[in-house]
Amino acid sequence: MTREQLASEINAVLAAQFELKPESLQDPETKLNDDLGLDSLDAIDLVVTMEKKFGCRILEAEAREVRTLSQLYDCVHKAKSP
Amino acid sequence: MNRVVVTGIGILSPLGNDKAAVAEGLRNGRSGIRRMAEWQKIKGLQSFVGGEVTGFDPQRIPRPARRTMGKLAIMATIASDDAVRDAGLAPEYLRSGRAGLSIGSTTGSPQSMSESFSDLALKGGIEGQMGTSFMKVMGHSAAANAAVHLGITGCVYSPTAACASSAQAIGLGYDLIRHGQQEVMICGGAEELHATTAGTFDIVHAASRAYNESPDKTPRPFDAARDGLAVSEGAAIMVLEDRERALSRNACIYAEILGFATCCDGAHIAMPSGEGMLRCMRSSLISAGLEPGDIDYINAHATGTQIGDATESQGIKEIFGGLVPVSSSKGHVGHTIGACGSMEAIFSILMMREGFLAPTLNLEHISEDCSGINHLQQTVTVQAGKILSNSFAFGGINASLILGNTGR
Repeated sequence: MTREQLASEINAVLAAQFELKPESLQDPETKLNDDLGLDSLDAIDLVVTMEKKFGCRILEAEAREVRTLSQLYDCVHKAKSP
Repeated sequence: MNRVVVTGIGILSPLGNDKAAVAEGLRNGRSGIRRMAEWQKIKGLQSFVGGEVTGFDPQRIPRPARRTMGKLAIMATIASDDAVRDAGLAPEYLRSGRAGLSIGSTTGSPQSMSESFSDLALKGGIEGQMGTSFMKVMGHSAAANAAVHLGITGCVYSPTAACASSAQAIGLGYDLIRHGQQEVMICGGAEELHATTAGTFDIVHAASRAYNESPDKTPRPFDAARDGLAVSEGAAIMVLEDRERALSRNACIYAEILGFATCCDGAHIAMPSGEGMLRCMRSSLISAGLEPGDIDYINAHATGTQIGDATESQGIKEIFGGLVPVSSSKGHVGHTIGACGSMEAIFSILMMREGFLAPTLNLEHISEDCSGINHLQQTVTVQAGKILSNSFAFGGINASLILGNTGR
């Protein structure tokens, strides 16, 4: 799966789970908290959902550093192919 | 002591999701019970009837608030929202600390509990559990989520006493306003339909099994052919308010809470003593400063079980004799358990305001052990001024509420 395909799948999950408009997920530099309104409780569910969807294990320390969509794509990509 | 009035109503029930639909269903003898075909896959379960709430939109609640809600809390929050709007309370007032909330339920969301615990049992760990799961499962899920959504900063309570939960929630709100600790209390209860709840009653032979093919014929409170209760769901919330405040802002006053009592049998966990019910009904009359002859109608707890219906009938006969009209709303909606106290209080208020009393649906042949009281078997047009509503729960926990067509 290319990074673009992965990003697209992650965006689809985000849109469904957090009821976000697809157009709000177009810019990779979009901030999860400031721009999309996701808080710390959402962040926990986001990690669990990504792990289930992509069959990977995301390290807590790495998840804590994720601020933007781009960082989320990288984090999941790394977890999928360690 | 302050007088306490009802100034707002919100209801989601198997009869409908607003006051007009509910009143129409009660008046016209409509049943909210249906066959629960999907429960047939539950091994050992023999009761396949239930009352479901449909036709409401969870999206009314913004996602950040809704994410921690199962259906239980969603229904409680929507009904609370409706009650607050009905009462005309501004969001700023709800944040003033002068308004509190008291919403009871038997448990947190049973569907969410089932999902969480089956994950835990199957996987042997907590991996994969959502951070929001516990907020759906916790015992005060309905109260906490509704309070957060409304921005309540006063006291928040969540009485848990199964079938007496929401009656106690109202009693608690009544006391807090009477004693001047809160001006307004958003009170009631919620219950979410689930096969495990039906199973709880089925295991102890208290759930209806004989009418799976004709669900609108059960439950049959007080009837000779009754065979147990039908579990159901819903949320019923009322805004209680200090009467002086309600009058000063020209609020619509639906009814007055005239009295309340709750007590425990202190005897058997599942079998009602009878003596406790008597004590509770008598205490509620004392609380209201009324005599038995002052009561115009009794909305009984009667769920359709053998012992419960007979014991309550005997208690009513002993205190009130055979003249005061009695009916149970469970024939229409089944047993909404944690929501039944507040739901039936709202039914009583609607009937009081619209000048009719609904009968016990499915009561065709009065059982001998339930005889001697004035069972309503058809809708009557009457202006009831004072109504007693009973709720009796496992644990021998009794609650009786007296409502009056006064306060304006």
